[in-house]
Amino acid sequence: MLTEFVDRIRSAHAANTPLVIQGGGSKDFYGNAHEGEVLNTRALTGVVDYQPKELVLTAQAGTPLAEIEALLAEHEQMLAFEPPHFGGNPLPNPLPNPLPQAGEGANDALRAPKSSNATLGGCIAAGLSGPRRPYAGAARDFVLGVRMIDGTGQPLRFGGQVIKNVAGYDVSRLMVGALGTLGLITEVSLKVLPQPARETTLQFELDEAAAIEKMNQWAGQPLPLSATSWHAGLLTVRLSGAASAVHAAQARLGGEPLHDASAFWQRLRDQTTPFFDKRPLHPEGHKWRLAVKPTTPPLKLGDALWIEWGGAVRWLASDLPAAMLRETAKTAGGHATLFRGKAPADGAFAPLAPALATLHRALKQRFDPRGILNRGRLYPDF
Amino acid sequence: MLSPAFLSQLRKLLPDHCVLYAREDLVPFESDGLSAYRNTPDVVVLPEDEAQVAAVLRLCHENRIAVVARGAGTGLAAGALPVDGAVLLVLAKLNRIKVIDPLARTAVVEPGVRNLAISEAVAPHHLYYAPDPSSQIACSIGGNVAENSGGVHCLKYGLTVHNIMKLRAWTIDGQLLEIGSDALDTPGYDLLALMTGSEGMLAVITEVTVKLLPRPERAQVVLAAFDDVAQAGAAVGNIIAAGVVPAGLEMMDRLAIEAAEAFVHAGYPMTEALLLCEVDGVNEEVSDDILTVHDVLAASGATEIHTAESEEQRLKFWAGRKAAFPAVGRLAPDYYCMDGTIPRARLPHVLKRIGEMSAEYGLPVANVFHAGDGNLHPLILFDANLPGELAKAEAFGGKILELCVEAGGTITGEHGVGLEKIRQMCAQFAPPELARFHDVKAAFDPDTLLNPGKAVPELHRCAEWGAMHVHGGQLAHPELPRF
Repeated sequence: MLTEFVDRIRSAHAANTPLVIQGGGSKDFYGNAHEGEVLNTRALTGVVDYQPKELVLTAQAGTPLAEIEALLAEHEQMLAFEPPHFGGNPLPNPLPNPLPQAGEGANDALRAPKSSNATLGGCIAAGLSGPRRPYAGAARDFVLGVRMIDGTGQPLRFGGQVIKNVAGYDVSRLMVGALGTLGLITEVSLKVLPQPARETTLQFELDEAAAIEKMNQWAGQPLPLSATSWHAGLLTVRLSGAASAVHAAQARLGGEPLHDASAFWQRLRDQTTPFFDKRPLHPEGHKWRLAVKPTTPPLKLGDALWIEWGGAVRWLASDLPAAMLRETAKTAGGHATLFRGKAPADGAFAPLAPALATLHRALKQRFDPRGILNRGRLYPDF
Repeated sequence: MLSPAFLSQLRKLLPDHCVLYAREDLVPFESDGLSAYRNTPDVVVLPEDEAQVAAVLRLCHENRIAVVARGAGTGLAAGALPVDGAVLLVLAKLNRIKVIDPLARTAVVEPGVRNLAISEAVAPHHLYYAPDPSSQIACSIGGNVAENSGGVHCLKYGLTVHNIMKLRAWTIDGQLLEIGSDALDTPGYDLLALMTGSEGMLAVITEVTVKLLPRPERAQVVLAAFDDVAQAGAAVGNIIAAGVVPAGLEMMDRLAIEAAEAFVHAGYPMTEALLLCEVDGVNEEVSDDILTVHDVLAASGATEIHTAESEEQRLKFWAGRKAAFPAVGRLAPDYYCMDGTIPRARLPHVLKRIGEMSAEYGLPVANVFHAGDGNLHPLILFDANLPGELAKAEAFGGKILELCVEAGGTITGEHGVGLEKIRQMCAQFAPPELARFHDVKAAFDPDTLLNPGKAVPELHRCAEWGAMHVHGGQLAHPELPRF
């Protein structure tokens, strides 16, 4: 199976044919416009090795994320970075639906996918993480090793299946978030963690500034925080850990328990709340992701705002000029991404400083000399 | 040798006391923490600010002079070993803590700041910097980033790469790179990960923004004795399967236990294997976890289980483990510390093979093991004054690392490759992978002026060494300095 992918990339390299790497297609919207022959990874499927006692799982890139999560759940373990699934194109053979029906008991117009198509490879190539990220770590923090095929068709293996490994440059992590521009990921080894015994979600009525301050204050205390969100005057906080620890923290923080909490966090993770639906809120439906220093006070860029990650991510539905949003995010120590909608001329991602851009082009040139892999998807110029 | 013209240009860039070239001033810099490898530097520069670092790099680049960056010099893989004809760039004087932001839980520090000094400085805010290599009292944060240092708390709190946010670094041609951000991610490639553990090969770091964590409310440790190392290894897996992620999980074998007990009288039972399991966190959670750990250890066949009854006893239990290296050092004139990582399930096999090889080479081995994350530190005992013993110890060490690779692990868990393990890189990586490492290096440093000859072997060298393996079995190091 792997040789077919090697041959395909070798021929594309020889013929200078651009390839578009695709898994479940759940993140086709992400990044810049890209075109070429589709190279679908879903044939590379299956968990290669899973040792719960080693806290390590290895799977082929096309393995559905839902399948991996279901297997981990059987052993009361999880992907601690809580990867988003998003939706994706309908599959010829629908996967079993591992997610609770997102519409349960809710009267809002949800866009919940019937099934999740996201694959492990796409999850790692996009490098996106969910609500648990500020407290448990990002996708890149859990990657132990990858097998990949570079843009010349050369199979390579970096990292491994052990938690500590400092031999050679950390090319495995370099692949995380590279959006397939440095190579096709064919297999990933991840560190996994035990599921928390108990989770409780609390809500507090607070204005934006007070909520940002609380999220940061609490993160500096020994509390079992595992997710935070603020939207429309409501701070929502998830606690995870031993039952005793969660109870003690709940007693200390107060707030109102939220009953359908897992659906709440899942909708936020997969962006199936109406806020992320492109039609109702704004004619353009542009969703900007402003990653900022978590203590950044309210940015005052409009009311169509959802805050996550302890204040470090501010989602905006906005048609303000890209340059202004980019400058605002930069001043706040971070960067702005056009997450959903039509990317501005300089691309979906914040342009890089010249010295960094030079390094990016040099790395791309070495791993994919003819620029055939996901051409233009990360940055328009490579 | 460096030309007098170059040296005089160098001296114009820095105050007089920042450039060392007299032989007696250079000798202290001849090795890092792996003193078996020594080479007196041609010149040592100790810049006092970032502008001086950039100026030195530019001058070296213009003159095609190599640069070896060095922090506190505590590394254990000869990564900071001076290179002939190169400038040794010591960053120890860049030691200011520039910003502490308790609300954002970050600190901005210069590379020469000691690891422990960060935790000490932020302690009034009930925060700390998590990675705690055993050299943390002396090692510097710049070196930690260069080596992706770990410590005994890695399984739960991660390595350096998980605990830094941003770097200011300079390429050899004197360009500033600002890598990472104050947010939780950056656009583009993860250059922060690439820089972490890059062993001074890509760029020179002048500032690090580290992540701080709230101090755990409580920490508690359990000590357990086992009749058999395989049983102790299985107990580690059972603890993790029970859903506990210990803050520290350490194993020692009989020789290490005996040495530690004789040295610090930690109250260890004399047994084949000893486990130390520390849990930390919220008070209530620690209480629950300690009970779970106790039950699992009992069910896993522990012959004795002791929970530290006081903070004093907890520290005493740890004192034995933390003193294990110097304690083993009392057993023989010299020891050679290895740093392989293996999947934990392979521990019995690997320890058995190390035991067999120990008999073959006639050199005793004490094993200290970061059991939680599979990082094994076999300490090979030898006497460097006996002809051939160092070469024998190195050959034995090389075999241990190759064994780790065969077992599905790696040649280095936390110490880095440096010059020491460069041969074993050929065992771990295939030529196309090594070629990609050279490509990464070339993207940052096309003239290979930063720390040349370290971390990644030249492909043709692997072929030569490979041939030596086939014909000799004895690994001579004719190109290396000896003591």
